[in-house]
Amino acid sequence: MKKLILATALVALTGPAFAQDVVRIGTEGAYEPYNFIDQATGELAGFEIELGNELCTRAGLTCEFVQNAWDSIIPNLQSGNYDLIMAGMSITAEREEIITFTQNYVPPSASIYLALSADATIGEGGVVAAQTGTIQASHVAESGATLLEFATVDETVAAVRNGEADAAFGDLESLQPMIDASGGELARAGDPVPLGDGVGVGLRDSDEELKGKLNEAITAMKADGTLNALLEKWFGANVAKF
Amino acid sequence: MFGYCADPSALSGLTWLSCYLTTGTHFNFYWSFVTVLTLLAITAPIALTFGFGGAMAARSQILPVSWIGKGYIAAVRGVPDIVYFLFFVIALDQGIEYLRHLMVCEDLSQEVWRGLEFRVCPEAKVPTANAAPIWHSTYAFALAVFTFSLVFGAFAANVIYGAMNAVPRGQLETAEAYGMSPRQVFRRVLVPQMWIFALPGLSNLWLILIKATPLLFLLGIQDIVFWARELGTAKLPGNNPYPHADWRLFYFLGLLVFYLVFTRLSEIVLARLTARLSKGQATMAGEAMRKAAT
Repeated sequence: MKKLILATALVALTGPAFAQDVVRIGTEGAYEPYNFIDQATGELAGFEIELGNELCTRAGLTCEFVQNAWDSIIPNLQSGNYDLIMAGMSITAEREEIITFTQNYVPPSASIYLALSADATIGEGGVVAAQTGTIQASHVAESGATLLEFATVDETVAAVRNGEADAAFGDLESLQPMIDASGGELARAGDPVPLGDGVGVGLRDSDEELKGKLNEAITAMKADGTLNALLEKWFGANVAKF
Repeated sequence: MFGYCADPSALSGLTWLSCYLTTGTHFNFYWSFVTVLTLLAITAPIALTFGFGGAMAARSQILPVSWIGKGYIAAVRGVPDIVYFLFFVIALDQGIEYLRHLMVCEDLSQEVWRGLEFRVCPEAKVPTANAAPIWHSTYAFALAVFTFSLVFGAFAANVIYGAMNAVPRGQLETAEAYGMSPRQVFRRVLVPQMWIFALPGLSNLWLILIKATPLLFLLGIQDIVFWARELGTAKLPGNNPYPHADWRLFYFLGLLVFYLVFTRLSEIVLARLTARLSKGQATMAGEAMRKAAT
């Protein structure tokens, strides 16, 4: 009897293989406005969710978003738990050694320092918080400041608020809204730093075919202006466009 | 959820709170309590079975079986839990998929482990990419239950092994003198009497298991700690209908109360169980009970 139940469960688990394979997309779900959990519905939402669904429609794929913690997002792609990464991940030479990227869908942009005041110490002698495993974290480590790493961007900002860090370093698109909403409590310190080659879809090296399809769809969206419209919708009118 | 929640920005006070606490994210949070309790309810008996099996194997007269039992106990007890929760789960998952790869894939010419990539044919994925999300979470949950059971089973095995050795030798000799076979001695005398010796150790394990559930997040399951953190982080106006500052402290205080209440309830139940199991036993507590009754 037990064997029967087990066998039934296995069959149900694997299911029949459909002609249309589902492409699973890994995302962090904690990086507003790129990807976050919609407060009202509890579902994933954001720029990349909308863009990903549109790209899949254009490429004729069935897609499904999966939430995964940022620090294990690349290992889980490689072990095949999902097929794509769309998590505000900048294209860098370092990452390209282990995975591959499509062309960027967000143009190269600046990173900024968020602090309690505009004259906070951000270089030598300062303590700067950044999300672990990001280009911002590598930049802080090279800048001479003491790097404090956190699992999410929200925690880096919380560290600034409670005085643990002098500043937080992160994407302009994700930190600027927090400064704007703080009512003067938070400010930008120092100058913006251009980092990375923009944000692209991350894939396993061996998925060349999928990469081609997505590149085609991104090119089409860049050409007909729909990508710019999406960027403007989620990041505001002042965002860098294609 | 309620009709008046259509425009949250116009609400204040208790009505705002009633809407805020019934958002989709909050229902995910409430649901995650069910996930954690289900995990405990399933893991505890399985871990106990692993423990019982491990202890029986360790006590076996057959040397190889005894080695397996003792090896299992030593291997899990000697390795940090985190290794099991990070490495073992990945190895188990890839192992299952590799076995299926050998069974169902037609093209076996390609390597499965290519550098850092692990790649089996789509049919060998467990569950397949086409499976409904519920199967993906069920599979992750099953892996979690197995890993928890394996780890806690080894500790339980050691506790039960010790408890079996603690049963007074005279009890077993008396049973043998009555002409019971070794099996009968085990079933009728040893096992009923060993529980009272195992209980303090097992109750420790149960409380540790309750507190270990946040490790679920490492296994990709969104547990109560994950949702408390997600709900508590500051929410900006704009994309969020209910903006608020950093409220993680309140959510974590809520979890603190939950864990304290849960461990307290467990202690009460375990105390009753101890009293019940002590009845008629050749222990100090059992002796005290006997004296009080006469």
